[in-house]
Amino acid sequence: MWRDAVLVARRDLRIELRSRVAISQVGPFAVLVLMLFAFALDPDRGVLDRATAGLYWVAVLFSGLLALGRSAAIDEADGVREGLRMSGLEPGGVFLGKAAAVAAQLLALEVLLGAGVVVLYDAEPAGPLLLVATCLAATAAVAGAGTLYGALVAGLRVRETMLPLLLLPALAPVLIGATRAFEAALDGVPADGWPWCGLLAAFAVLYSVAGALAYGALLEGQ
Amino acid sequence: MKPVVHLSAAVALLGRFPALAGIDLDVARGEIVLLRGPNGAGKTTLLRACAGLVPVVRGEAVVLGRDLRRHPRAIRRRVGLLGHVTGLHDDLTVGENVRFWGRAARTEPADVEAALALTGLDGRLRDVPVAELSAGQRRRTSLACLLARRPELWLLDEPHAGLDAGARDQLDALVVQAVGQGATVLMASHELDRAQALAHRVVDLVAGRTITPGATGAGADVGGADADRVDVEPADVGGADVSAAADRAPDLAGAPVPGAEPVPVPPVEPVPPAGRPGTEGAPSPASVATPDVEASPAAPGAEVSPVAAPGVEPSHVA
Amino acid sequence: MTIVSPETPTASPDAPTGTGSPATRVLGGLALAAVALAALYGLVWSPADVEMQDSVRLMYVHVPAAVFTYVGCVITTVASIMWLRKRTAGWDVLAGAGAELALVLVILTLATGSLWGRPTWGTYWTWDARLTSTALLAVLLTGYLALRRLDLDPDARSPRVAILGLLLVPNAILVSRSVEWWRSLHQRATVTTLDPQIDGDLLVALMCGFLAMALVFVWLLVHRFRVGWLEHQAGRLDLDQALADRRAEGRAAVAGTAPDTGTGPGTGTGPGEDTGPGEDTGPAASPPASSGTGAAPAPAAPAATEVTA
Repeated sequence: MWRDAVLVARRDLRIELRSRVAISQVGPFAVLVLMLFAFALDPDRGVLDRATAGLYWVAVLFSGLLALGRSAAIDEADGVREGLRMSGLEPGGVFLGKAAAVAAQLLALEVLLGAGVVVLYDAEPAGPLLLVATCLAATAAVAGAGTLYGALVAGLRVRETMLPLLLLPALAPVLIGATRAFEAALDGVPADGWPWCGLLAAFAVLYSVAGALAYGALLEGQ
Repeated sequence: MKPVVHLSAAVALLGRFPALAGIDLDVARGEIVLLRGPNGAGKTTLLRACAGLVPVVRGEAVVLGRDLRRHPRAIRRRVGLLGHVTGLHDDLTVGENVRFWGRAARTEPADVEAALALTGLDGRLRDVPVAELSAGQRRRTSLACLLARRPELWLLDEPHAGLDAGARDQLDALVVQAVGQGATVLMASHELDRAQALAHRVVDLVAGRTITPGATGAGADVGGADADRVDVEPADVGGADVSAAADRAPDLAGAPVPGAEPVPVPPVEPVPPAGRPGTEGAPSPASVATPDVEASPAAPGAEVSPVAAPGVEPSHVA
Repeated sequence: MTIVSPETPTASPDAPTGTGSPATRVLGGLALAAVALAALYGLVWSPADVEMQDSVRLMYVHVPAAVFTYVGCVITTVASIMWLRKRTAGWDVLAGAGAELALVLVILTLATGSLWGRPTWGTYWTWDARLTSTALLAVLLTGYLALRRLDLDPDARSPRVAILGLLLVPNAILVSRSVEWWRSLHQRATVTTLDPQIDGDLLVALMCGFLAMALVFVWLLVHRFRVGWLEHQAGRLDLDQALADRRAEGRAAVAGTAPDTGTGPGTGTGPGEDTGPGEDTGPAASPPASSGTGAAPAPAAPAATEVTA
């Protein structure tokens, strides 16, 4: 299964690199979201400062939706899904591979957004260990849940509207947890943030396991 | 020997529509069977059902010894389906696609290379993204993906569509070669000229049912008195086409081992590499294959060379 | 494993025309009585609360509604799990019924909670833990029902819906835990929102409310399930009839009287059947066939009549 996961992850990443959508569109979109927040909230430093953590993670979620949509679209192309069914690849492996590929893209996005937030919102990063751990856990959570929900709506004409509707409420705990952890780090009280990081990790594990188990049934059910 | 495909009164549904309404079909190992029938008769569905992609809800359906009604996924790796959809990733190159699908099916890199060579895709086209290919080239790429898996049962749905004459000949030659190495081919086509020349027998489908009972028994019925069947001796007609094709195509890797897999139908003329004119100056893929061929034993059912044989494993010999 | 299990529906004259039955009428009667009782207790016989005055009466609806929302969600999740194991349609129908009831009740919960909040807190909404996670639960249920409503093959829809249903309770728990944890950091001092100390007559009124809600819930669930079941029955495939139709189509095609329709009766769900690029390029090769549409060759006709005899 792991072998299959690596194979699929490499395929997904290669496709993304080749098409360059992630780099040329999703990245700029993420930065654009940050800018929109600044427009909406008036870069009266007070508001943006206090809301930085939350705005950061909202931007990650919105950009993540795009990345997840692209990931689902790879397998909707001309018979690829049928090919996956015929190939004998372990569905759990396919799931983990796809989630890993999305996670890699999300991590790159988060680094980009981190830079964006430092520059545009004048944020001062602190508590780096907590920040990094939170990013890793939250990314795994978003990628895992997102890939599972992506499979739930894969191939549907209404995928683009159903995915946010189904995924975002399920990711509310991730948003809450990641934001609180970031706030704790930025406020200089990391001890408050670690429990939230733990919640994120549990969430990630839960969804990864659920996704790996469910992916087979979803692949077969057209 | 047990048939590779055994369907009896099989019913398969597409949603709520009984696309297959009672199929009786037996295909023995090494046969090339042509499915013939009007549009909507169920040829595509029959092929997909044999691949385990469409559930069979009534009747018997046994493919490669596994009951499709209970374990539709069991035979997927051993079956190759060339359908209407390409199954290719547009953003990846030909080589990357074949390599991905080959690795997914756990085939050796050498087999992937051989497949690319056999379909003439190991040259300039290897590094071209699929999105830039013509329809015929995509078909060849899909065919290469199938070849790389070395399936025991080939399910070809309108395989000649979109291919030019040279590619069609190449396909025919590959089919014949695969059968000579123990594979079985079930094919649907509207190209009746060419397909009938290739096939051992023809099965007609209308409205989801086989017109004639398809049981071959021990192959004794082939060439039998049934007026509905068009039985062709491929060695006579097809063989000639094949040899012509071989001259044009890059050399076909590997000879079928003489005596391998006794086939209960008029045997397909194998394509021996050495004695055939025009293959001497073949490009390198042949040389990859030939040493292996020489080394392989002549016993039926034995492990034939990995490059030459389409994945025949002793355990699956009926 | 086949997902579709076509059976012949009961086309008997006893097929139900409604969802009522002696049991449900009794149940309905009891439910009405319980509602009346609860209304009396809640509105008339019990006194107003010391702190909350009359608005406490909303609690007699609000609290049971909240509890039975969770019951509905649990039904959905358990039914989804059972569907995944058994693959029989009844579980799928039950899951849908549970979710619909849960959505109705969660809206009722939010509405009553909001109305209660106005006099108590001076605002219709506050981001306290309970309200927030309840609102998110409403969104989760809406998403689930939206997926159910999609116009899909049952084969394609049921596994997706079942997995989403399975995730409903875990999602709800995750959401409520994290929201509570979050809001507890900020709102230690707020008034205990929805858990007032109640006893005596107030408690009795609440219990009546629970009883009424329970009976109404079960009654609605049974009826909704039956409606769903009848829908399923009505839409179910009569395989034998469909096969007969298809064979008739075949006979007609072989006899050459019917044009190539290429699709089945009344459905267009099959993907492109033999409509690939390789259309009839050369009819010449086939045995002398009268029409160019590729109908079965003439020699097959006698055989076809044998088959269909």
